[in-house]
Amino acid sequence: MSTLVAEPLWFTARGVRALLRQPWYVAFTLLQPAVWLLLFGALFEHVVPSPTGDYLAYLTPGIVVMTALFSNGWAGMGFITDAERGVMDRLLVSPVRRGSLIAGSLAHQQVTTLVQTAVILGLGLATGARFPGGLAVTLAFVGCTVLLGAAFASYSNALALLLRTQESLIGAVNLVVLPLSFLSAMLVPTEFLPGWIEAVAGWNPVNWAVEVGRQMLATDVDWGIVGSRAAALAALALAAAWLSSRAFRSYQRSV
Amino acid sequence: MFELAVAASDLVKTYPGGVRALQGVSIAVPAGTVFGLLGPNGAGKSTTVKILTTLTRPDSGEARVAGHDVAREPDRVRRAIGCVFQKHAVDLEATGRENLILQGHLYGLRGADLRRRVAELLDRFGLTTVANRLARTYSGGMQRKLDVAMGLVHRPEVLFLDEPTTGLDPEARAEMWAEISSLARDEGLTVLLTTHYLEEADRLADQVVIVDRGRVVAAGTADQLKSELHGDALVVELAGDAAPDAARASLDGALREIAVHGRTLRGRTDDGPRAVPSVLAALDAAGLSAASVTVSRPSLDDVYLRLTGRTFAAADADRPDGAGEGRGGPPAASGAPGSASDADGTEPAASGAVAR
Repeated sequence: MSTLVAEPLWFTARGVRALLRQPWYVAFTLLQPAVWLLLFGALFEHVVPSPTGDYLAYLTPGIVVMTALFSNGWAGMGFITDAERGVMDRLLVSPVRRGSLIAGSLAHQQVTTLVQTAVILGLGLATGARFPGGLAVTLAFVGCTVLLGAAFASYSNALALLLRTQESLIGAVNLVVLPLSFLSAMLVPTEFLPGWIEAVAGWNPVNWAVEVGRQMLATDVDWGIVGSRAAALAALALAAAWLSSRAFRSYQRSV
Repeated sequence: MFELAVAASDLVKTYPGGVRALQGVSIAVPAGTVFGLLGPNGAGKSTTVKILTTLTRPDSGEARVAGHDVAREPDRVRRAIGCVFQKHAVDLEATGRENLILQGHLYGLRGADLRRRVAELLDRFGLTTVANRLARTYSGGMQRKLDVAMGLVHRPEVLFLDEPTTGLDPEARAEMWAEISSLARDEGLTVLLTTHYLEEADRLADQVVIVDRGRVVAAGTADQLKSELHGDALVVELAGDAAPDAARASLDGALREIAVHGRTLRGRTDDGPRAVPSVLAALDAAGLSAASVTVSRPSLDDVYLRLTGRTFAAADADRPDGAGEGRGGPPAASGAPGSASDADGTEPAASGAVAR
């Protein structure tokens, strides 16, 4: 196996292994989206007139995106812990590529995102949500969720390398994650949004992923929307990864 | 084979905020030796190691490690060196064995070869029985051993140990010393260690460099450095009410190079034991009394005091890693000729107040 692939995988394996050693943490990361889905579902079912009349199905992709956003926002915690422990310095004096550290962190985060996404979609189906759009658009949505997750994980990694403390990372992530969630059609139909929010939502990457998710509900999938949003999210994920590699250089200059 | 495992010349490094960590440090480490970089906290030891291990770049100056230029061939340097930094840099959520295996992977070790090397290191550092436990459950001494084992996994040519025994209990420290000595002796490894324990440098290092405020103030073997000091050190601990300045004045004839730190006076004399009665008599004549008088052979602490005008403990307590570092004008060695006062222990006074 070429080191280009192998190096990131060691760090992915390290992250996943550490995660699995904390069964309670795993349980809570899966329980939380389930609670959101059922709670928001019960709360808004009779308030929000969903276009299809099936609010749970309408809400499910929104909760998938919300969960991906929140869990990837904490990706940078790993770098901060490594830096505090001195593990980062040990890695930086080894011949390992800096890109492998970033790729390894992203891959580990996206394993989590995939598991969470599968659990939420499964829970949605189990509680009666139906997605007439079919398997292809569902997979496209999962892909878009992973791209959005990767973009946010990179953003979090970059902030971690620049800010260096858990407290400031928490502040900076919350500052962005909550507004982006509410400036989107995550919980309510676009028609329900005030005009200015709807205008902003068009530029909101979170909303791009939500829009792809909503195509799962359509009997006649608009592949133009799916393709354009997926391309935009891929570009964003790449840009964010590049940004976090720049942050690595700034970190190393200040060591 | 190269003669010098590490050769650095005129390293200068200023951190953002104007902290001048290094002001022209040069060192030369012969291959296969243990080299001690000695100095108080904030002297520039760690910065030197960070440059030599490619972690950071100097503003100016050059360095070659294992024959490779740290700025131009960092990757070759990285493959040739092992590093053990101040923090116990182990992944707490992984087992000892997993830590070693990941470390081996990073340096291109694979399969049976890696497993054999890991088993060998676990055995050597007495970690075999705990190899499959999470590092989180290890004691500080065990984490340090794992840390050093990780630095050795890829059989480096040069091993950097930054403060290897800081925070260890005396027993763990003694074990680590034995381990470091045998590394150089049995495996021909070059070891560069930094320490602010004089005893550690004295015991382990073939060559010692003393750094102070970003400069090298002395270099040689520990014995060479100590032999430059003629005679013995005599330390007088004053009794409760005696004024240190009056005591110094009274001892001017009996001792050379008298330095005061708090209620302690240190001086030099050709024959320590024979000087004790006259020291006590001189104090007595001045109406002062001593709580204790100690005679010792010259130590590296005395070397440091002579070169910088400060005792090691006082410099260490100052922790001059803040903004004050480096603006103390003349090179620290200017304090050498006379005796110095460090009565109030603050840093500017320490370098400036040379006694008349």
